[in-house]
Amino acid sequence: MSNKYSVRKRSHRKWVAGLTLLLSFMLVLSGCGVGKDGQGGSSGAGGKVTLKMMHLWPEGSSAQQSKLVTQIIDQYQKDHPNVVIQQEVLENEQYKNKLKVLSASNELPDIGITWAAGFMEPYVKGGLFTPMDDLLQGSKLKDKFVPGTTDAYALDGKTYALPIELNITPIYYNKAIFQKYNLKVPATFDEFKQVVKTLVDHGVAPIALGNKDRWTGSLWYMYLADRIAGSETLKKAIDGSGSFDDPGLIQAASEIQTLVDMNAFNKGFNGLSNDEGKSEFMNDKAAMYLMATWELPNFTTNPEIPQAFKDQIGFFKFPMVAGGKGDENSWVGGPGVGLFVSENSKVKAEAKAFVEYFVEKWGEQSVTQAGVIPATKVDTSKEKLPKLYVDLLNGLNEASNITLFADVQMKPNAAQVHLNMIQALFGKAVTPQQFADQHKAAIEKGN
Amino acid sequence: MEKVMSNKLVIALYVLPSLLLLFAVIYVPIVLTGYYGLNQWNGIGPMTFVGLDNYQHLFTDAAFWQSAWHSLLLALFSGISLIGYLVVAMILSGKIKGANLLRKIYLIPMLLSSVAIAQLWLKMYHPTNGVLNSLLASVGVHNPPEWLANPSLVLLALFIPIIWQYAGFYILIYYAGLKNIPETLMEAARIDGASAWQIATRIKLPLLREVINVTIILSIVGSLKYFDLIYVMTDGGPNGASEVMASYMYHQAFRSFDFGYGSATAFALLLICLVATWVIRKVTATSDTIQYS
Repeated sequence: MSNKYSVRKRSHRKWVAGLTLLLSFMLVLSGCGVGKDGQGGSSGAGGKVTLKMMHLWPEGSSAQQSKLVTQIIDQYQKDHPNVVIQQEVLENEQYKNKLKVLSASNELPDIGITWAAGFMEPYVKGGLFTPMDDLLQGSKLKDKFVPGTTDAYALDGKTYALPIELNITPIYYNKAIFQKYNLKVPATFDEFKQVVKTLVDHGVAPIALGNKDRWTGSLWYMYLADRIAGSETLKKAIDGSGSFDDPGLIQAASEIQTLVDMNAFNKGFNGLSNDEGKSEFMNDKAAMYLMATWELPNFTTNPEIPQAFKDQIGFFKFPMVAGGKGDENSWVGGPGVGLFVSENSKVKAEAKAFVEYFVEKWGEQSVTQAGVIPATKVDTSKEKLPKLYVDLLNGLNEASNITLFADVQMKPNAAQVHLNMIQALFGKAVTPQQFADQHKAAIEKGN
Repeated sequence: MEKVMSNKLVIALYVLPSLLLLFAVIYVPIVLTGYYGLNQWNGIGPMTFVGLDNYQHLFTDAAFWQSAWHSLLLALFSGISLIGYLVVAMILSGKIKGANLLRKIYLIPMLLSSVAIAQLWLKMYHPTNGVLNSLLASVGVHNPPEWLANPSLVLLALFIPIIWQYAGFYILIYYAGLKNIPETLMEAARIDGASAWQIATRIKLPLLREVINVTIILSIVGSLKYFDLIYVMTDGGPNGASEVMASYMYHQAFRSFDFGYGSATAFALLLICLVATWVIRKVTATSDTIQYS
């Protein structure tokens, strides 16, 4: 027994040495593999160009968008026989994670989807996206975008992505419930609170909210801040040139807690996801729902939702607060996603040409085909659209200002503080003053 | 066979592939994570070496220690629940009617994926039309709690499905251990006039000791690095009330894009788990192995 053991022991050292050597070989080899093969697209023989496009509309969850993308790609390939476009499709969260991983190893697809401002900044600073100003000033897209929409994609005077979505957030309401309790669409915040009170008295949840996702509650704060302190004050507080200590912004935070105290939101909202919150509205259990226009298909064209329900949904603009500095035509919202072209793409020119084509076609078809409002101007007279769309698109044309969603506008770390504070504010775990202090500290930190 | 197995080349052939894989996907990333923790890095672009700044910050980060406290509570809860699992396993291993069926019933939760369990319990805890609150309402509770939205209840509400989820796993381990104890020992004890309680505490428990030690380590370390159910059910909310170390690390790295700090947190989590394992091994170490046969 002991003899055998000692034999093993002696060979032990050799073993370790051998293993270490092999391991280091393997690392070197795998190290070589990465990077060489990097950039997706490559121009192969016969002038064939392969473009890789990564997007986030899987067939399952975003059927209409997915169909439209494929349709545009097919048409483009038909018109340009030398171009092959490969799609890679991922779900939202996975998409964000993969984008991160790919950029760390410098293997971004030729064309991809990005979000604006804070999300985009590290990619731009890292030199991964290519400027798109030539397309923006080009013959096809010049003056096509709704004013202000491309600003969110600009950094240091250059635009790094072209938006293909524009969302504003109205308050949807259930006309049937309003009628049942003789309620009128509120024009002022006092009237709004009266509506809330009446609904609570009758045992109906006034507002559907799923605040586990946190950005949902942020919308309410953003609007109140906008209506009370004005959009300029809010913008400045977020970019750091102003301050969250502004009395108007603190008042907005305390108004949120007033609403919570009135039981304005459905029960347990801080533990529910947006989808769960939404289902309260979709099941006639809650009377109002503040959400962006990406929900419009559910209230108009989505065949899975009963027509009777769709007919009873209307919307109103966020009411005015007495004595506030806001404007009724100021919206919270902003461009959704945009298209970028990778700076390191080997087929940049072809990729850009496709993006230009894509933005144009998308703008023409996205409302009718996918129910998505594009960032390019829509001619409402040309297409036959559901009334809710026409009303909202007209509202958009009258917009005096669009305040970008706070969590998109802020840098990643500050955005997380903001979102956590929103949940704390709604859960009454912080006072409005603490809410302001935490924001100030996070924005001063600058990351 | 003996001859083949003594050939070092053959041993290497069998052992090397998995060993290399282990190194490449586990040990090398661990070292790299430790290194990333020394940098300020947003995940993209260049890293800035900042030495021990991240680790220093971690020591004074109240949010991290809060999440560590939550993890510790979970570890404590899982540790205590082992007693319950053990009792169930003892009962099941005895000759009772329907033990076979009961064993399967206990085992089923283990077969479900964590996400499915999370979805199931989300429905149970739903504040208005969840099973739990409907039940409470039907027995006359006027204002049933908002389980996952109430900061003081949310941890408890999460621990219950976690403990439920792992019941089958530990019961199975204990059951197998108990079945391994030779029947002759129990028979001899019975002839000597030992009661069921005496058999359980004097024979079964001591002989199961090694198994119990292993399960203590498994459950405590498993709890310290627990992530999935909490991520799906509350995402650490509301306002950090159910944040554990692993979810804190995820949020730092993938939400705040602070990969340096996230890596430091991950490394700290690893160290804490290592220390916990070491301490448990020290505490539960036996100098003498009990052998009755």
